[in-house]
Amino acid sequence: MTDHALADHFREPVDDHGVKIAVRDLDFYYGDFHALTGIDIDIRERGVTAFIGPSGCGKSTFLRCLNRMNDLIPGTRVDGTITLDGEDIYGEGVDPVDLRRRVGMIFQQPNPFPMTIYDNVAFGPRLHGVKKKGELDEIVQKSLERANLWKEVKDIMDRNGLSLSGGQQQRLCIARVLAVEPDVMLMDEPCSAIDPTSVQKIEDLMAELKDRITIIIVTHNMQQAARVSDETAFFLQERMGEAAELVEFGRTAEIFTSPQDRRTEDYITGRFG
Amino acid sequence: MTDERRATTTLKRLSAATYLKEGALKYLFLLCAFVAVMGVALIFVFVGVRGWPVFTDVGAGDFLFGGLWHPGEGAFGILPFITGSLVVMAGALVLGAPLAVGAAVFLSEIAPPRVRAVVRPAIELLAGVPSVVYGFFGLMILRPVVADLTGGLGFGPLTAWLILAIMIVPTIATLTEDALGSIHPGIREASYAMGATTWQTIYKVLLPAAKIGIIDAIILGMGRAIGETMAVLMVVGNAAVFFQGVDMPISTLTSQIVMDMPYATDLHRTALFGMAIILFLFSMGLVGTVRLLSRFNERVR
Repeated sequence: MTDHALADHFREPVDDHGVKIAVRDLDFYYGDFHALTGIDIDIRERGVTAFIGPSGCGKSTFLRCLNRMNDLIPGTRVDGTITLDGEDIYGEGVDPVDLRRRVGMIFQQPNPFPMTIYDNVAFGPRLHGVKKKGELDEIVQKSLERANLWKEVKDIMDRNGLSLSGGQQQRLCIARVLAVEPDVMLMDEPCSAIDPTSVQKIEDLMAELKDRITIIIVTHNMQQAARVSDETAFFLQERMGEAAELVEFGRTAEIFTSPQDRRTEDYITGRFG
Repeated sequence: MTDERRATTTLKRLSAATYLKEGALKYLFLLCAFVAVMGVALIFVFVGVRGWPVFTDVGAGDFLFGGLWHPGEGAFGILPFITGSLVVMAGALVLGAPLAVGAAVFLSEIAPPRVRAVVRPAIELLAGVPSVVYGFFGLMILRPVVADLTGGLGFGPLTAWLILAIMIVPTIATLTEDALGSIHPGIREASYAMGATTWQTIYKVLLPAAKIGIIDAIILGMGRAIGETMAVLMVVGNAAVFFQGVDMPISTLTSQIVMDMPYATDLHRTALFGMAIILFLFSMGLVGTVRLLSRFNERVR
């Protein structure tokens, strides 16, 4: 990473809200099982998009299409196109490894590496070839600050990441992702395995980060979707064994106050799911 | 107990039969554990009692650090065997441990399920081959090859290293695979999601995370290598001298005990038991190290 790139590392927010990720006619298969069908969606740049829906409706599967994590599962297949800044991410010759550096991911279970807090955050920059101690120190500190964890860990950087509480571990994972300055951060139910106080902290953090990066969050918690997101997508698998689809997508306020589809209304009013 | 009283409670009484059965089972399992412990204790005491006089009759210094083994002339120095055992073990580890860890990484992280289904049983099968068969293989196949390579007879450490390296692969590989398998799957996912390649994930995340388990595996492999008798005896040359070269015959603690046992008497026989004590202490040290490391591992988690 050059000095110029480092200066650019924590760039100022820009005001245009163009389309970051465009998905067209996406179908996804686990072997013979048709999991997702006909997904069309435009994810806007710099903002929070929430994916909601009942368990098993394919929202996590869809999320994992966006950074090609499903490639790691043998026998999966994708039809249709997903573009990131206009580039087809499943296009010929695209390196999924490079894609994942631009599209970071936070998982349901906090999963820090069993190494020190410092090494956890420095992991990504080191993969990119940042070697200088001073440069690494700076990235580590800034990333932890942006993840609102710096104050809590600045004196225990040599402690194992696993010694932190669940909520701290999740923020450490966020700092780890931020350290490689991704454009997009995918969050797969990031708050369902941590305590309520920490949930608050992570939601505050999302509000701060969304000015700079595009966040997509999968959540089971509709209050959370309503609190944190600008736009909401509702996914549904109508019958067991059938492919799930995107039922409705729009401004969060509209989805929650005046949903257009009967099924969306049923779900958000708690009639099923 | 009256009928009315019985009618008011639906909870069944504990029957005497159940009580007895539970008690009997408890003591049965206790007995099993006791027999195992007694086995070790008896062997230790027996070997200790038979071998102890060597430390007084020959003297601990002359026995442990003596370089000359001439039982007929009263020279009972076992240093050549101690170094021989260590040389044979070290060489086998240098060759076998990377091979085994590599095989485990392949099985755990790279092999597609169909390949794994063939390779894993094959590795496990290596553990089931009797050591005399390994020895025979070494004697008939490897020894001539080594002889051609070195210009000697092919009896010596190099042949023993090759054979032992294969023999310790299953021990180290299966335990290393377990260690890799016990890493939380989320860690693997996190690494890939961070944009790490498979190799970077293995090298920077998984191997460090499984480090203590792998060290355990290698230590147990050391135990296997130092205790192996038959295969080593058949190829190592059995000369009671210090290590002189990879193709020069030497002897080890285990192989020398077997060689001398049939005819040894009096102090000679006592000295063999003394060698067994040294082997015993060495194994205990290895097992102790493993226990210590696992405790350390738990604390870190």
